[in-house]
Formats: sequence, structure tokens, C-alpha cells
Amino acid sequence: MIEKALRGSPRYWGLIIGLLCVIGLGAGFWMFQLTKGLVVTDLSRDVSWGFYIAQLTYFVGVAASAVMLVLPYYFHHFKDFSKMIILGEFLAISSVLMCMLFVVVDLGQPQRMLNIIFHPTPNSVLFWDMIVLNGYLFLNAIIGWTSLQAYRNNMAPPAWVKPLVYLSVIWAFSIHTVTAFLYAGLPGRHYWLTAIMAARFLASAFCSGPAILLLLTLLVKRLTGFDPGKKAINTLATIITYAMCVNVFFFLLELFTAFYSNMPGHMAPIVYLFKGFDGDTTLVPFMWTAAALAIISLAMLIPYKIRQQGPALVTALILLVIASWIDKGMGLIVAGFAPNPFEKVTAYLPTVPELIVSSMVFAIGALVLTVLWKVALSVRKEVEGGNISMVAPKSE
Amino acid sequence: MKSSRRKFLKLAAVSALGLGAGRIGFLGDAPAGAMDIPTAADYNAPMEAKHWGMAIDTTRFNQELVDVCATACHTEHNVPTIPGKKGVKWFFGGNFEETFPTEHGHYLAEDVEHRVYPLLCNQCEEPMCVRVCPTQATFKRADGIVMMDFHRCIGCRYCMAGCPFGARSFNFQDPRPFIKNFNPLFPTRTRGVVEKCNFCSELLAMGKMPACVEASGGALIFGDLDDPESDIRKVLRERFALRRKPDAGTGPSVYYLM
Repeated sequence: MIEKALRGSPRYWGLIIGLLCVIGLGAGFWMFQLTKGLVVTDLSRDVSWGFYIAQLTYFVGVAASAVMLVLPYYFHHFKDFSKMIILGEFLAISSVLMCMLFVVVDLGQPQRMLNIIFHPTPNSVLFWDMIVLNGYLFLNAIIGWTSLQAYRNNMAPPAWVKPLVYLSVIWAFSIHTVTAFLYAGLPGRHYWLTAIMAARFLASAFCSGPAILLLLTLLVKRLTGFDPGKKAINTLATIITYAMCVNVFFFLLELFTAFYSNMPGHMAPIVYLFKGFDGDTTLVPFMWTAAALAIISLAMLIPYKIRQQGPALVTALILLVIASWIDKGMGLIVAGFAPNPFEKVTAYLPTVPELIVSSMVFAIGALVLTVLWKVALSVRKEVEGGNISMVAPKSE
Repeated sequence: MKSSRRKFLKLAAVSALGLGAGRIGFLGDAPAGAMDIPTAADYNAPMEAKHWGMAIDTTRFNQELVDVCATACHTEHNVPTIPGKKGVKWFFGGNFEETFPTEHGHYLAEDVEHRVYPLLCNQCEEPMCVRVCPTQATFKRADGIVMMDFHRCIGCRYCMAGCPFGARSFNFQDPRPFIKNFNPLFPTRTRGVVEKCNFCSELLAMGKMPACVEASGGALIFGDLDDPESDIRKVLRERFALRRKPDAGTGPSVYYLM
């Protein structure tokens, strides 16, 4: 089936070449980082994880979100997702790939990374994160590819795929739970040391991930005419709305515990994010932007009539993605290090090399996604006899 | 694994003695060749304990004494001097609030407020850095010392996120150009690995006290916490002592005599 990716319009090849250029540029900067060390980042003794690890966290969520299609489709026989499900699985593949690459570019000694396998250490959550991320990558690759092949041959997927699908549903929850445990078990980091961390991660994943999937699907619909179906779009929008409500609710729970209890350690990181601490207000404008966008997106998503309209839905989803990205992709990691063990704040903002290396990882993810989606949509086109919209042809 | 390593080291020491080739040859090539190269005999009487610990007589510490100890430590271990937030520190100083932030001290006694408190790895009984390390590059020895294998560390910095005391430093760049006084008897590090205080395990192996303890003129008391007759236990019986962030549950082996 991969040959489908070798034939495409000039626009398709333009995108591929563009992404390859970004990857090349980023790879150059990564070489720079490898020779100089992480001194090219704004990381420090106090803020020892930053943009890279934050992106890992965010995209684990995007990867896990495929389950929001798989679960209704397989567990509740919600057949309207049948056309989108492969897109979700392929988005999961590219997201997990990005996650793993973000860990690699964050390592000080990436050439030694196999030490995690040579010296397996079950008491380290990072060891388990390596296992669940790799497992989820293989599960989605096997399930997605096999199902697509079966669809192409006009057959039902082989029986052994079903147990893997059920496993992948549980696995999706596990990848984000384990990623939350990376942070939630550390005694000195109050912003992370909370039992609701894994639940918050899942809630934000199940709104932001499907939102990205839906935005990309609507983009593809516009570019290629592929129509996932009105009912699929509306149902996914409903799922996103509920997940975002839960996400905001969980955050408010954090606020209650921190401020009603009046415990200094619990309050400090939240004060740092929204008001500034020890004279550092770097993240304050970002966090208030996120809060405002979250509320606006909810105001547009909750009324059924508004979220049914295409442009309003797209706007709301974009706002939601920005809000959740600031919360998880910027605030979460840095606030874990603020204040530091000496009750001081060290400022952190990603440097240009950091951002360009990150854009290399984003571009690799986008490249994998483009190729996989191209294959999926071409197969669909072939099976439907050129009728990509999947409206059943008139019987003779 | 630990016992087999110990056996191997003993065997290696014995064979080195047996051969009468006590000189560790390759060290002789180092630039500071004038230094005395240790022989196998130097390792005949190591300092041993069940649980190494340190008591810090904070009443005697000011910035000057902290600097003296820090210089001794950083010279012994080839710790680079890098200014700014990407620095490497094994032994450093902080005020009361930085050292004991969870005390949230108000109306402190004046002398308590104005002391400079030495900061170093707490060599915890339940070290979080060891728990989170994905490669066992950080490990705890039977005598309580939390050590690092600089050659196994992948530089993921999980230990830095795990440590509630800010005791760990990362080599954001090649540290060698920043080493002021090179000591050929201790390895330098490469960029991309984490490092921290090791309670001078390399000196203990030669029967010597840690460098900071020697430099402190008695303000740092070092000994076996499991031995009721040790100097450190005696002084802990006599004087009130604090540990940093006991709520973090890591059980520091460093005590601050107030």
C-alpha cells in the first residue's frame, strides 16, 4: 500500500519537500546542540526540563486521543466513526513518534540512550514510559495497517486484530497515566505532586487530541473532498466539549485545594503562573491568555447550535488547542520547577535553537502523518472507485 | 552485583599488591605529574561505616568558611567554575530561607538569620534520584553514599527533577575548559551528564576524611550514624539539629546543628 504515497499532486509533493526542508534545518541545529551540549537551550540547574519535555507531554495526549474514536467504534458499535478511525490511529502513530524524538533531543548523551534497555530499572517511571510509548506505537501501526489492508481487499479485518484493539484502548489510557506518573510522584515539585495529575492529563488529552484530529480532518475535507460524515463530526465535537469541561473542572479542583487549604507549597506554582513569583512574571500573560481562550472556546462549544456550524466549530477548536497547549506545553513543566528547592524562581523561555530543533520533530511527525493519511485516503479512493466522499454510488 | 563488584575490587587490589606493581601507571601521564600518585598500599586502610553522615555546625559558618570548603571540594573533584544559571555546584551556601524554605521562618534570631548555611547532597536514606534514574547510573552504596556512574548516565535529568534539595548539576557544556585547578586523581566529566557530591568516596577508600571536612577546621563533623559512639552521634546527642525538608520523606544524612 505504501506505493500510494509515491503518487500525488504537486501540492502533495510541495508539502513533502517543505517538511523535508524544515527537517533538514532542524537536523543542522540538532547537530549544533550535539556538539555544543544543551548549553544552546535556556535550560538551567533549576529548570532542568523545558520545551522538549513539555512537547513530549502534550503529544502523548494527542496520541492517546485516538481512543476517543476507537472506544465508541469497537465497544459501542458507533459505526459513524468508521471512516475517521484510521485517521485517528495514524495520528497516534505520528504523535508517539514525536514524543520519542522529543525525549531523544532532550538527552544530554543520546548515544547512550539504549542504557535504558541494557539496564532495565522497573522503579523508574521513565523506563515504563519507554515501554508504553513503544508498545502503543506498534499496536497502532499493526492495527491501522492491517485494518486498512483488509478494507482495501474488501474483507473483514483478521480475527486477531480484535484483541489488539481492546488492548490498545487500555494501552491508550496507560500511556498518559504513566506520563503523568513521571511527574506526580516527585516529593519536591508541588505543582506536579497531585493525585489528579493523571486524570487531568487524560481530560486535557481527550479534548485537545480529538480537536487536532478534527481540525486536520476538516482541512483534508477541504483539500481532497474526503467527507468523514456530518454525524461523525458532530459526535466528535460533543466528545471534545465534554472533555474540555472536565479538563477545566479538574483545574478548578486544583485551585480549590491549593487556596482553601492555604498551603504555601501548593499555592506557590499557581501564583507563579498567574501572578508571578519572586519577581518573575514570564508566563503570566500566556496563562491568562490560555484561561480566556479556554472560556471562549467553551462558550462556543457548549451551545449545540453554535458548535454545529462549521466556521464556529473550527474557531472554537483552534482556541481550545491553543489554550490546552499553553497549559500543558508551556506552563506545566516550568511551573513544576517554580519555585526551585531554594524558594527562588529561575526564568526560562525556549531559545531559537530549541524551537528549531523542536520544529524538526514537529516536521517529522507531520511528514509521517502526511504519508500515512495519503495512503489511507488513496486506498479509500481506490476502493470507492474514485468516489472519495463515500456516498454510496447509485445502484443500476 | 554489589558484592561481586566489591570482591572484584578486593581481588584487583590484592593482585596489584602481589605483583608489586603498585603504581597506577596511566595516571603518571597527567599534566600535574608532580603530584604523588597513590599506590595500592594507600588503599589498605579505607574508612568504613554502616551509614555515613555529616553534622554541620552552622554557628561557625559564614561566607568565608563556605568558600574555603567549596574550593577544597571543587578542587578535589575537578568541578568547573561556570557562572550563571547553568553552573555546576557540589558544595555551596545559602541563607536560612533558601536552606530551610519549609520552615517559613519569621522573626528569626539574628545570628540564625545571618549565618551562611552549607548546601550539598544530603546522601538520603531513601534517595529519590536513585528511585527515578532509568539506568541505575545513580545508585546507593551499602554505606549510605549515593553515587553516580558518569559513564552510564544518559543525561535525562530525571534525577534533577526528583531531588527536592537542588543538589544536582548538569553539564550543559564541556566542563573541562572551566576547571581551574586540575586534579589528575579524579575523573573530569563530559558534557551531557549529571553530577553531585559523593561524600568523597574516593578519599574514604584511602582512609582519608572528605575534603570539605578537612578544610572546615572542625565545623563539619563526619562519621558513622549507625555507631552510637561515633563523633557525629555524640554531637547529635548534645545539640539540637535540623534536617532539610524532612517532609519530602527522603531521610537526609546531613544534619544542621543550630
